[in-house]
Amino acid sequence: MEEVFRGMWVIAYRELLRFVQERSRISSSFAMPLLFLVIFGAGFSRLIGSMTLGVNFIQFMYPGIIAMTVLTNSVMSGLSVVWDREFGFLKEILVAPIGRSGIVLGKAAGSAVVAVMQGAIMLVLAPILGVSLTPMMVGKLIPMLIVVSLSISGLGVLIASRMRSQQGFGMIIQLIIFPLIFLSGVFFPLNNVPPWLAAISKVNPLTYGVNAIRQLFLSSTITAAGGTTGQGYSFSLTVFGHTMTMLENILVVLAFGVALLLIAAWVFSKQE
Amino acid sequence: MNIIEVQELSRNFGQLVAVDKVSFCVVEGEIFGFLGPNGAGKTTTINMLCTLLKPTGGKATLCGLDVVKQRSEVRRCIGLVFQDPTLDEYLTAEQNLRFHAYAYRVPREVREKRISELLELVELSDRRKSKVRIFSGGMKRRLEIARGLLHSPRVLFLDEPTLGLDPQTRRSIWDHILALRKQHNLTIFLTTHYMDEAENCDRISIIDNGRIIALDTPDKLKDSLGGDIVTLKAVDNNAAALELKEKYNLSANIQNGMITLNIPQGEKFLPKLIGNFQSPLLSMSVRRPTLDDVFLTLTGHAIREEEAGSKEQARTMRRRFGR
Repeated sequence: MEEVFRGMWVIAYRELLRFVQERSRISSSFAMPLLFLVIFGAGFSRLIGSMTLGVNFIQFMYPGIIAMTVLTNSVMSGLSVVWDREFGFLKEILVAPIGRSGIVLGKAAGSAVVAVMQGAIMLVLAPILGVSLTPMMVGKLIPMLIVVSLSISGLGVLIASRMRSQQGFGMIIQLIIFPLIFLSGVFFPLNNVPPWLAAISKVNPLTYGVNAIRQLFLSSTITAAGGTTGQGYSFSLTVFGHTMTMLENILVVLAFGVALLLIAAWVFSKQE
Repeated sequence: MNIIEVQELSRNFGQLVAVDKVSFCVVEGEIFGFLGPNGAGKTTTINMLCTLLKPTGGKATLCGLDVVKQRSEVRRCIGLVFQDPTLDEYLTAEQNLRFHAYAYRVPREVREKRISELLELVELSDRRKSKVRIFSGGMKRRLEIARGLLHSPRVLFLDEPTLGLDPQTRRSIWDHILALRKQHNLTIFLTTHYMDEAENCDRISIIDNGRIIALDTPDKLKDSLGGDIVTLKAVDNNAAALELKEKYNLSANIQNGMITLNIPQGEKFLPKLIGNFQSPLLSMSVRRPTLDDVFLTLTGHAIREEEAGSKEQARTMRRRFGR
């Protein structure tokens, strides 16, 4: 057990060390979501107008973009595994007296910290976009982002545990991660989509994460605009006739994340 | 005392038998060499001994610990330098060493001191804050040797420690290896396909097609050939070989258009030969045997034959086992 924890700590330590030393990663990961927000926002805002009580399209998209920032950066856990394998460093890790599951957890934890930091950087945009932000909300948001990030990191490591090349990993990312993001309601509300799309979205665990983060951000804005969270808030997910609360949403993501991390640890331990 | 004991160790990759029931022992404090062409099973054996690969048969112990059942304990008592670099190039030399120290639980009190000492030993002290990315091949290898020693292992594994390095760097790596043995009473297990490097070993095990075909000190292996190597080139090699057989009862080996013979005191044999040899000869030479000759005699092919394709082979091997 000690070996698993020490493994987790050293691996996470290195991930952070690497991140701190590569400053370009910090700005580049900020640029992409910003681009989405500005271009999509400018493109659709006037077309769509006010979506519900007091929320315009950019405000609607903003929590989703924060989630997306965290997601795309969390997947880096997997890229980092593939990278280490390609450059040989993985061998140094694999032969060290540390638990294999510790390696998986360390990779996931390391990239989760990085991803959450980058998600948190996005918060500076809140005042500009007119989204109200209180310390209380930030306090709730950070743990939520950690849960979302850990589960996607788990997915990243799981995919990477058998991948040999960065190109291959890039392909898989495009085939799995992008659809997951598009179907999670980052760019459009899911309560007005064709039934087939709604059905797919509901088996996508990211949907619940995005929804929880959106609930956190927008419920206060809507309430301030005169609506009540109960009836006026039209973004909440409904699964089998049950409207998901923020906590329930997060628990779904958590369950998904724990399962993924366990599978990833198992697959990773199996390899020679 | 035997620090490594291997009994009938085997490893198959599907149909391919990479290592075929090898047995040997390594004595504490010696430099033990695994010599053989690329693809002979050297790296596969090392990978099994250092717990990276599970054997498909047989048993191996290191420092009395079973490589399958006591993986973590084995890992703590061995240091490793692989064929391919396994450094994080985006970190500094010091950071690479520190990561290793954390992973191997080197006590805090000795950590920084050992890092400094080892950087001193491999002459990289002035580069400790440089990113590994800008290091030359030899510097990287030296840093890896330092890293392999950081947790005070009892056995250091060096898999082709000088592969792809220039002659001067090879020499300097070897100076470091020999110095280490003296200072730390370290057991060093290395693989190589360079004959001249194998000469530095206390004992050599020659491996071909996954089997150990000889194991002894370099001198004894050379003596086992029974004398000097006489090389002849005749107009008709086959006729000359026949004549050697009939007149002197010598069994000749024809290889690459040359006849080679093992003869005690070869320099005294040549004058006798010149006197009454019928077949016309083009050239002749005498030399002390090398490990190459030992290999040739034992396997019927030279270790260098596979050299041409060795880069490509090394690459495929790397792909298969390395990563």
